[in-house]
Amino acid sequence: MASTDTTRPAGDRDAKDGGDLAGLEAGLDALESVQQGRTPWRQTFVEKILPPTVAVLLVLAVWQALVSFEIVDDPTKLPAPSDVWDVLHQAWLQGELLGYIWTSVSRGLLGFCFALVIGTPLGLLVARVKFVRAAIGPILSGLQSLPSVAWVPPAVIWLGLNNSMMYAVILLGAVPSIANGLVSGVDQVSPIFLRAGRTLGATGLKGTWHIVLPAALPGYVAGLKQGWAFSWRSLMAAEIIASFPDLGVGLGQLLENGRNASDMAMVFEAILLILVVGIAIDLLIFSPLERWVLRSRGLLVKG
Amino acid sequence: MATTTTLAKAADGTESAEYAARIEHVSKSFAGPAGQQLVLDDITLDVAPGEFVTLLGASGCGKSTLLNLVAGLDRPSAGGISTDGRPALMFQEHALFPWLTAGKNIELALRLRGVPKSERRDKAEELLELVRLKGAYGKRVHELSGGMRQRVAMARALAQESKLLLMDEPFAALDAITRDVLHDELTRIWRETQVSVLFVTHNVREAVRLAERVVLLSSRPGRIAREWTVGIPQPRRIEDTAVAELSVEITEELRGEIRRHGQH
Repeated sequence: MASTDTTRPAGDRDAKDGGDLAGLEAGLDALESVQQGRTPWRQTFVEKILPPTVAVLLVLAVWQALVSFEIVDDPTKLPAPSDVWDVLHQAWLQGELLGYIWTSVSRGLLGFCFALVIGTPLGLLVARVKFVRAAIGPILSGLQSLPSVAWVPPAVIWLGLNNSMMYAVILLGAVPSIANGLVSGVDQVSPIFLRAGRTLGATGLKGTWHIVLPAALPGYVAGLKQGWAFSWRSLMAAEIIASFPDLGVGLGQLLENGRNASDMAMVFEAILLILVVGIAIDLLIFSPLERWVLRSRGLLVKG
Repeated sequence: MATTTTLAKAADGTESAEYAARIEHVSKSFAGPAGQQLVLDDITLDVAPGEFVTLLGASGCGKSTLLNLVAGLDRPSAGGISTDGRPALMFQEHALFPWLTAGKNIELALRLRGVPKSERRDKAEELLELVRLKGAYGKRVHELSGGMRQRVAMARALAQESKLLLMDEPFAALDAITRDVLHDELTRIWRETQVSVLFVTHNVREAVRLAERVVLLSSRPGRIAREWTVGIPQPRRIEDTAVAELSVEITEELRGEIRRHGQH
């Protein structure tokens, strides 16, 4: 090192620069930082809540009109909204409504949790191990396009008419989605994070845990969301096809019972409940989870 | 023989090493469309402890490749590199992890270095204070400006307590005002921490503004073309006459190197 050249006299400028620099920097920081406030409740209401409410009311109005103006005058084909409401109300009064919902939701969520436990390590293996990816990667993405209803007949034959068979069908529907979500999440991890991780000493399992998994979280959560949709669909298919008194009445069985009794109001009740529960779980669990993940990374663009 | 050693204590093991990085006859070639392409040719360079060296060169001089080799992210085709411990590396992109807050990014570096949990928080706050970002501990990366992000990245690199800090055009994407400020910051931090810096850039004035020694690389393949020792006292300003004069001289040399490629 050229030592004589680099002895630096601590002159006036040194001291002056120190003070100036701190002030200058504080100014730059203040100018360039993004201020973000919360959206006012009113705006949320007008932009997010009002439009879907209007849409639902419109559908109900058209439905009621079809019945009132006797455009469709066969109640075995199209019951009035009020009839469906009565059936729902009746089920509520008899204390059965929550029972139907709980039977299906508990099955669905438990099955989804199993799918999570299997799909996550599977996805990680496929994403990180070349041989495994080459071997089962294409099959895994292919399975996503196979309707899970197709698994109901073999599941009934292998496992019989019981809850295990329902769970098997949910697993076969949801595991590929969850695993594929994680695989695409890992594939999209920016190489700069991997390099940065390596220079910090995060290699091997440490790298997977501290860098790869958190970086892949947005893709993983998208996979979970889709996995839930597939779980719910698979479960309904299983419940409709394999309804059996001992299994308890879930929403799928309710639909099948309605069909057997030619009770169109009951069929509509079941369809509405299946739809509402599926949406509700997504809105209550998966959408907030996804928004939180994206927002905390600044990936959610406002407006 | 190609070697990358992370060695470096002096023979008796108590003294610190006589260099922060030693690059000896390093060559690197990559398989390209036209066969093996030589990117770096016989580079020999020492960075002394506490020294600030800038590597200057036009595109294709392999300066980032050389930095990757020193960082241990890649291996040389020939020659050897040894460093005093594992170097820290800063990129042009801040490369902060967006799923962690500014403070937690620094703590991750501390954790991977084996600093016990109880000490990490204080240490991270201390480092944030060093880069004048007190109060940014809980801020998310996207809430910070470009200049603040690079300062957090600097704090994270310093958290590794490496003897050598490698910087790969870390200020190239910043606006001019912020870049000037970060030059001042880097000079201050370098003098406070006594860390050795190997700084890659294609900006001649930046190289002269910061370094004690400027090393000019020629392009395709990268060879050391010339070296200058910068005797201008710190703190310097990028608009100082002495900085400008030396920059003119180096720029002439750099242009000469670039012109040679047009003649083929």
